[in-house]
Amino acid sequence: MINVTITKLAAQALLGRRRFWLLLAFPVLLVALTVTITALTDGDAAWPLLPGLGYPVVLPLVAVLAASSVLGPEVDDGSIVYLLSKPISRHAVALSKWVVAWAATMVAGALPLYVSALVAGGGDRASAAGLAAVVAGTTYSALFLAVSAITRHAVIVSLLFVLIWEGLLGNLLTGVAWLSVAQWGLRIGHEVSTELPDPTNVPWAALASLVVTVGGVWFCGDRLRSFSLRGED
Amino acid sequence: MSTLVLDSVSRWFGNVVAVNDVSLTIAPGVTGLLGPNGAGKTTLMAMMTGFLAPSAGTVTLDGEPVWRHTEAYRRIGLVPERELSFGYLTGRQFVRANADLHRLPDAAAATERILGVVDMVEPAARRLDTYSKGMRQRIKIAAALVHDPAVLLLDEPFNGVDPRQRMHLMDLLHRLGDEGRTVLFSSHILEEVERLARHIEVVVSGRHAASGDFGAIRRLMTDRPVQYAVTSSDDRALAALLIAQASVRAVRLRPDGGLDVEVDDLGSFAVGLPQWARTAGLSLYDLSPSDESLESVFAYLVAR
Repeated sequence: MINVTITKLAAQALLGRRRFWLLLAFPVLLVALTVTITALTDGDAAWPLLPGLGYPVVLPLVAVLAASSVLGPEVDDGSIVYLLSKPISRHAVALSKWVVAWAATMVAGALPLYVSALVAGGGDRASAAGLAAVVAGTTYSALFLAVSAITRHAVIVSLLFVLIWEGLLGNLLTGVAWLSVAQWGLRIGHEVSTELPDPTNVPWAALASLVVTVGGVWFCGDRLRSFSLRGED
Repeated sequence: MSTLVLDSVSRWFGNVVAVNDVSLTIAPGVTGLLGPNGAGKTTLMAMMTGFLAPSAGTVTLDGEPVWRHTEAYRRIGLVPERELSFGYLTGRQFVRANADLHRLPDAAAATERILGVVDMVEPAARRLDTYSKGMRQRIKIAAALVHDPAVLLLDEPFNGVDPRQRMHLMDLLHRLGDEGRTVLFSSHILEEVERLARHIEVVVSGRHAASGDFGAIRRLMTDRPVQYAVTSSDDRALAALLIAQASVRAVRLRPDGGLDVEVDDLGSFAVGLPQWARTAGLSLYDLSPSDESLESVFAYLVAR
């Protein structure tokens, strides 16, 4: 199902863009900040960085940049026709591209988050935060890939989802947790350490994450099946 | 040998009809798809290549629809007008990636073979973003041909290509047509189509305006009435003189001086005009065709 050539090209496209350095800057900053605060203070003063900055901001931001980089530019300038005019199922194209976005989100999002958690306190809650980041990062990357297949303003739409829906409304209305990728991740992380909050319940969090991940990639493939070139005329 | 058939194909975008009830059969050999800018060529090409669903009618390749049928790409090579945005790849890597995407059994050999065909072996080690327009066009053709397709579709392949490279590309397409491939290219430039295609299809304003042998269509075009603007020492006297001639269909005095002359028989008008003027003692200052644009040629074809 996964096409190695498409994966390779997507990885090259991701690494070759300036956006990639932006993508790397956020996690590097997070780890650096955690290390600095931990070195200058006693106890776990750096820990609030994770629920305050790392998990709700850096992780989704990395996922947005990764997912939109592997698909968005090619759809925008139409050069994706070079990939699509091949006897390859469009779902395979979507899956192959998602693998790259997912890997980038794991390496530049979930891993630095886990490292920060280790530095800031370690123990069970670090593993829990790492698990939550893996779950949410996986779901985010598929969701934002689907968004990239719908609109050329994918970055803005995805960021609005994260900041307005999950951030602002999620803090005001507890019910939003049921439809929040971040909260699903936290709930699964809660199984490892009870220091993480427990919104919703585990079966829901797991099922919803799975459905959005599989559905997002599938939907992206479906959109590519109907990809149309429009002339200037 | 493969045949691409469009049967009563229409495509509209909202209230705008881009392609209106077009039926075409593209057979082996080189076919030119000719039409002015905005005629619907790109929309037609998009439907032929499976990148746009017809609003009505069908597009089939050897009997199978091309829309949402990725297996059709085994037989289709596509050279889009879109620029390559894979500047970070070398020419060889790009063609090789296309060979790999087709899962060719010996992708490396196929890549080298096709680089030779388009004469791009030497620059293939350079990155795409260092290529000239003509080189990019040839590497796009190599990528489209690497799996040896029966059908090659090219959208405005000569746009921005310098004359020498254009000759080279035309030779290549000629060869491909002679090998029995179905080659279709779109163009808005009459001379390009004339030099390359024996068979042409003309689209104007989304409609199929003419089809057939180039010679026949060219004759239709040259036999049409032609408009000239003439200025002379005495426009009114010249007008009286011209309207008496069988080759002239209409004469009109322009408000700002000079005449608009509509000519039926270009040959006898061209020979006669200097003699008529000299005999009447008139001086001709200026004679210029006022409707030589391709658009007017197309408009005439549509009106017929």
